[in-house]
Amino acid sequence: MSPQYVNRRADVDAAVKLGLTAEEYAHICEIQGGEPTYVELAIYSLMWSEHCSYKHSRPILGRFPTSGPRVLQGPGENAGVIDIGDGWAIAMKVESHNHPSAVEPFQGAATGVGGIVRDIFTMGARPIVSCDSLRFGELDEPRQRYLLDGVVGGIAHYGNCLGIPTVCGEIYFEPSYEGNCLVNAMAAGILRTDQIVRAKAAGVGNHVVLIGNKTGRDGIGGASVLASQEFDETLEEKRPSVQVGDPFTEKKLIEACLVLLHDHLVVSMQDLGAAGLTSSSSEMASKGMVGLDIHADRVPLREADMEPWEIMISESQERMLSIVEPGKLDAVREVCDRWDLDCTVIGEVTDSKMLRVWWHGEMVGDIPARRLADEAPVVRTPSVKPAYIADDPVAVGDADYPAAKDLGAALLELLAAPNIADKRWAWEQYDYIVQANTMQIPGGDAAVLRVKGTTRGIAFANDCNGRHCYLDPYRGAKAAVAEAARNLSCAGALPVAVTDCLNFGNPEKGEIYWQFEQAIEGIAEACEALDTPVVSGNVSFYNESFGNAIYPTPMVGMLGLYDDVSVHIDHGFKDEGDLVLLLGPDGAWLDGSEFQKARYGKVEGRVPDVDLEAERRLQAALRAAVGRRLLKSAHDCAEGGLAVALAECAIGSGVNGGARYADPEARAQGGAGRWRGTDVELPEALLAAPGQPLGAAGRPDLALFGEAPTRVVATCAPGDFEALEALLGDIPHRRVGVVTGETLRCTMKGNELISVTVRALRDAYESLPGRLA
Amino acid sequence: MSPAHRPVRFGVVVFPGSNCDTDAHHAIGTFPGAGAQFLWHKDTDLAGVDAVILPGGFSYGDYLRCGAIARFSPIMQAVRDFAADGGLVIGICNGFQTLVESGLLPGGLLRNMGLKFVCRYVNLRVENADTPFTSTCDEGDLLRIIVKHNEGNYAVDAETLARMNANGQIVLRYADASGALTDEANPNGAVENIAGICNDTFNVFGMMPHPENSVEAAMAGGADGRRIFQSMIDTVLQRAEVAS
Repeated sequence: MSPQYVNRRADVDAAVKLGLTAEEYAHICEIQGGEPTYVELAIYSLMWSEHCSYKHSRPILGRFPTSGPRVLQGPGENAGVIDIGDGWAIAMKVESHNHPSAVEPFQGAATGVGGIVRDIFTMGARPIVSCDSLRFGELDEPRQRYLLDGVVGGIAHYGNCLGIPTVCGEIYFEPSYEGNCLVNAMAAGILRTDQIVRAKAAGVGNHVVLIGNKTGRDGIGGASVLASQEFDETLEEKRPSVQVGDPFTEKKLIEACLVLLHDHLVVSMQDLGAAGLTSSSSEMASKGMVGLDIHADRVPLREADMEPWEIMISESQERMLSIVEPGKLDAVREVCDRWDLDCTVIGEVTDSKMLRVWWHGEMVGDIPARRLADEAPVVRTPSVKPAYIADDPVAVGDADYPAAKDLGAALLELLAAPNIADKRWAWEQYDYIVQANTMQIPGGDAAVLRVKGTTRGIAFANDCNGRHCYLDPYRGAKAAVAEAARNLSCAGALPVAVTDCLNFGNPEKGEIYWQFEQAIEGIAEACEALDTPVVSGNVSFYNESFGNAIYPTPMVGMLGLYDDVSVHIDHGFKDEGDLVLLLGPDGAWLDGSEFQKARYGKVEGRVPDVDLEAERRLQAALRAAVGRRLLKSAHDCAEGGLAVALAECAIGSGVNGGARYADPEARAQGGAGRWRGTDVELPEALLAAPGQPLGAAGRPDLALFGEAPTRVVATCAPGDFEALEALLGDIPHRRVGVVTGETLRCTMKGNELISVTVRALRDAYESLPGRLA
Repeated sequence: MSPAHRPVRFGVVVFPGSNCDTDAHHAIGTFPGAGAQFLWHKDTDLAGVDAVILPGGFSYGDYLRCGAIARFSPIMQAVRDFAADGGLVIGICNGFQTLVESGLLPGGLLRNMGLKFVCRYVNLRVENADTPFTSTCDEGDLLRIIVKHNEGNYAVDAETLARMNANGQIVLRYADASGALTDEANPNGAVENIAGICNDTFNVFGMMPHPENSVEAAMAGGADGRRIFQSMIDTVLQRAEVAS
């Protein structure tokens, strides 16, 4: 049977069906000098899709700071690379797999992990870290529980099999994600600074070699069908567009490809992600300023009757494209044989500068590679500030926001709120210890890992409060960067670089485009102030279902460094008698807080603006204190405010693994370590902070549960307090209490506001599994 | 160098899909008196090592029953011969599953009772300290080590279980912090909270938890796993001394 579409010309109707506009089709005809073939049109439609071309985001992303003394590779490659010293570097990148996961959560999430890990080892780095930021609708909906279960299971299935520790992540639940969950997979790898490989074809006459899995019809149109459109009632029909993951083959690919790269057996390498062979070959050709001939009929197939255009756009997983000098082909085959991987010469590098597709000797596609890449359309939607955006914080009147009377009960309610509750149910499904580098396991502010053979360490955190970004995308995005950095600084790590995953609705709408522009500006300003360039990232648009957009969710993943990782600390209270300190300015906001949502069912007002200079100084002082071992614990004061932060420190005293478990004395006191509570006297100043609307209200519930940036709860030994104060200088700080027995007590002027045992706090905090049944 | 002081050599078998092989190699490297080398699954001899580690991971993707394909790897014949000669073999997690599939250990490992992969700290109560794998422990000691598996639910027929109990082949059980064998302390539903067992000649040992991720006090995994490897090192050295 001869394929139907070989060399047939495609008209404008065919182009529109593939998601191109009439103007784009005319442009294609101009480049091609006439009507394109179906193969050519399929290639253009994918490469010019939102997912591959960043057509709506490219003009704005240039705002990001992307360089710095540590940056060895910024955006534009498979991953960014940061110099961490001693000749070592870290490659890092995050990518969304939202749409596949909404259609088929298990495979969608699994292949998200597979894809991001390929981006890392393609750079020549051994993957050492996996993290995931997830967003779902509210858990009362059975479908949301199904999605959560499937996504977490898929991440576990793939990441665990690869032997890459999943050490950090975050999960939030908001109604806006109901029809469009978010699955942002981040990975990082380690390499020597002289081992960086870039995806650039070179050397006329070299072989184009496909390594790994056979090609099937799975994932055809994944990028164009799924990632570049909104969802509607045809969701179920899109299931065949989701790829199926094979982590075993990927594990073998990692091992084989790292040998090929480190032994210089290949000229370059590129993974086959969105748009499969099409994007990998055209990117390699255009970056290398050469041509590539691809013989589609030589690609090993799972299904015999595939058409050349299907072969070119299939998104079958676990495949790598590499450029190999003829003299090294045998050595490449030998490595692949050792790992039982297919290794097939499917084409060659030419001096034509054309991407040519052949089918049994007949040329069925002939596209100028550079123009395909460079002349992708750029679209800038006129932005419109949405009507819902408020200019001022809410007025906290008793009519709308009656004061909580039982503050202990309110605290337990917040701890049990799905957005705050312990995500242990999820992360215990992930192997977080493999590779023997993990120093802090999930559940704290940051994941901390050592770099073997050195005194150095790295830390990761990812953050984004979607509610805050919804209420003010500029302030919310800025706060996401500040919070990620604060999480790293709490653990004592120096924040050095960002990878971001920008999840937004339909960019053709002015309001969405406004959110996007605002968020980019917020990230850019914060990254400049905190000296954390953006080295890689991903944009995911069209996160809408039935016309409803998600909260703008610019997820920030951040890398931190230690020269001496042994100084790292976690958030758990340590010893009775330690002093409890609140670092940072007074004042807290109800706007966009978890308290506002959980207790009053509202998301409104205006979130505070992070003072980046205050943030930078606080974090520098924090790191200096950790470096001098003056602090015993530190915890970012985020969702749920001061009270939840204190509760998490108390719960963390006994729950988490790590150093405390290894300490025989702690174990002798009761195996899992003994709970540490705290006695805290709420400073009146927190109720009457100048210029803050909450303070004016004079309500202890708002002082305890209101939220503010740039705040940290820390503890120190009493003997270190003086040195710590000297170090902090004029950075705002208050001594609010002491670490005590097994109860969290909070008083104000002799009145008891809260008194709850740590065990009861823990039970509320670990109540998530009960909601999933 | 006297025989008693020569480095003890561990062979770590690498199957396609093994992913704790480098961790096991690294762990052995933290013992001054020991060294490790990798053994490729397609090889047919053990290169003269003193003890063998079948590491954790997902050999052949665990797409069939865990360990069911690995048992057919060429290296496994050499491992069987080595074990038959009394050589020390430890199988960790997927390695344990492979030993069971190979018939070197009794019973089987079913899917976890909770139907989910579980990565968690557990307390292991030492039931028999008189084995080559637990000789540095005392009976009743608690070791705090991480489990991470999807199929760790140990099962065996009642008759064999009774015999294993009588022989002292049950070496480690999941316990709570006080040493009690509770259901809550059992991460996978294993019969009688079994976490680790020996064969009836006590030279082949399988355990679900990962001692190789528990050899350095500064790391999240702690250092209790050292006692398992130290016991093996001591045993090899004692045997060498006796032989000389």
